[in-house]
Amino acid sequence: MDARKVEEFVWKTLAAAAAFALFLSLFLIMATILAKGLPSLNMAMLTQTPRGGYYLGKEGGILNAIVGSLYLAGGATALALFLSVPIVLYLNVYAKKRSRFVLFTRFSLDVLWGVPSIVYGAFGFTIMLLFGLKASLLGGIIAVALLILPIMSRAMDEVVRTVPHELFEASYALGATRLETALKVVARQAVPGIVTATLIAFGRGIGDAASVMFTAGFTDAVPSSLLRPAATLPLAIFYQLGTPFPEVQNRAYASALILTLIVLAISLVSRVLARNLTKHIVK
Amino acid sequence: MIRLVKDKLAGAGMLALAGVPGLVVFAMILGLYGRSRPILAAKPLSELLFSSSWHPLRGEFGLFTFIMGTLWVTAVAVAIAIPLCLLASIYLAEYAPRRLREWTAPLIDLLAGIPSVVFGVWGVLVVVPLIKNHVAPLAGVSSSGYCVLAAGIVLAVMVFPVIVHVSVEVLKTVPNEVREASLALGATRWQTIRHVVMRKAMPGVIAAVVLGLSRAFGETMAVLMVAGNVAAVPKTVFDPAYPLPALIANKYGEMLSVPMYDSALLLAALALLMVVLLVNVAARAILLRVERSVQ
Repeated sequence: MDARKVEEFVWKTLAAAAAFALFLSLFLIMATILAKGLPSLNMAMLTQTPRGGYYLGKEGGILNAIVGSLYLAGGATALALFLSVPIVLYLNVYAKKRSRFVLFTRFSLDVLWGVPSIVYGAFGFTIMLLFGLKASLLGGIIAVALLILPIMSRAMDEVVRTVPHELFEASYALGATRLETALKVVARQAVPGIVTATLIAFGRGIGDAASVMFTAGFTDAVPSSLLRPAATLPLAIFYQLGTPFPEVQNRAYASALILTLIVLAISLVSRVLARNLTKHIVK
Repeated sequence: MIRLVKDKLAGAGMLALAGVPGLVVFAMILGLYGRSRPILAAKPLSELLFSSSWHPLRGEFGLFTFIMGTLWVTAVAVAIAIPLCLLASIYLAEYAPRRLREWTAPLIDLLAGIPSVVFGVWGVLVVVPLIKNHVAPLAGVSSSGYCVLAAGIVLAVMVFPVIVHVSVEVLKTVPNEVREASLALGATRWQTIRHVVMRKAMPGVIAAVVLGLSRAFGETMAVLMVAGNVAAVPKTVFDPAYPLPALIANKYGEMLSVPMYDSALLLAALALLMVVLLVNVAARAILLRVERSVQ
């Protein structure tokens, strides 16, 4: 056989094998989480808080972590959304294109995007010390909001940048101000992008452990106020997996399964929404 | 009139909020620097970075062990991830039937969102026992399984979706005419990929790898769970490591009682931040050059 054909065959096989290995490893992860998580999942797990302490108590469930995580990621997403939308609208509607400020802000978002979450945790804690805050839901919300701000803003920015220039001009030609253009034309065009960006950010926020470790703390109780510590699913996994008791480890496996399911569900929903919402968008 | 006032007011408000990202970067650098000043004033930077003597109670805070831990773990992860990801992206972008490609793209996206702590659970349950019972004996050493190799594997699997997603996108941007020209000259598919497509796509692929690398580099939880966390410079991949993020995560709770402990840990955080900043500046410079060469 021709040497070139052999080479072609060898590399094609290697490439296919690599792709296969990659999907296999990811499939194995899912299988592991399912195999360990499903048997430990039951109603009590979902509706009770751990009894006798999350680290030692063998009874109860992970309600504290589920509710804590939803509160925390929800609050952080709301806060980040409140910041992101104006930032993105300013960059794309008000600011001069390619001005120093715009370039600098986009660069800052890129840098923040790459900052490890543990650094957000450490920085968040430093700020909390400054204001005399203890580990609390509020502290966690702020740290996670900072963590997901760049993820959300960049995702939105990508979408808003694709809004056609003619639309701006049509709006200005009708006498609309920049604010009216931003809110009634650009924002409406960008709705699918805003929705997906928000959901992606929520998914990242709910899955992050390192940033909430010092800022939100951990507790057995469902948080009753912003100033109380809050349990989170990733930390529920981390702390409870490290115990020698199988009953406690089961809570970690159940948390891992719930967290994975939440993240996958969000990802699927954002996909479906993005497809349905784009119907009325001017391209 | 009122509309114009509203427009101006909203503009000012948005400008203020648009300043937030830049401000956060500055606040982070200044805040972490401010908090690590006490230790920087007490010890020379070279001792902090290059001494491996970590004895907080005696006031010795050499971070070298932890820096080496981070480097080892990241290097192993990259060594595993790069060849696999490159080959897999080449397969998915160039060889795979269209059906398969349409199926895998959303799947990869989905997997990119899985929290790192879940990868950590998989590492503890599967990778660590595998290394302890099979890989290490095969290599003729004994290992607890909690080691550089385990952390590297978990990290590599974690960055797969990120790198593959971006590389496939990059490979798809190479125009088909280029491929056709090469094939028309009698080159095989592989020759076309290797000498034409990859050459065109190289900068983008490098950017993808850097993206994955920076994610692996700062990853905390997954590594913390499987790296073993023993404060010694690893000599082989079967030795435990103690990377910087794991150090911060583990010790931050107990630090407040020992003088300068928090300073040392926030210096570690500052070091991570500075590396991210440098990588970003470098990546941006590469991308700018690429954009220019394309135009």
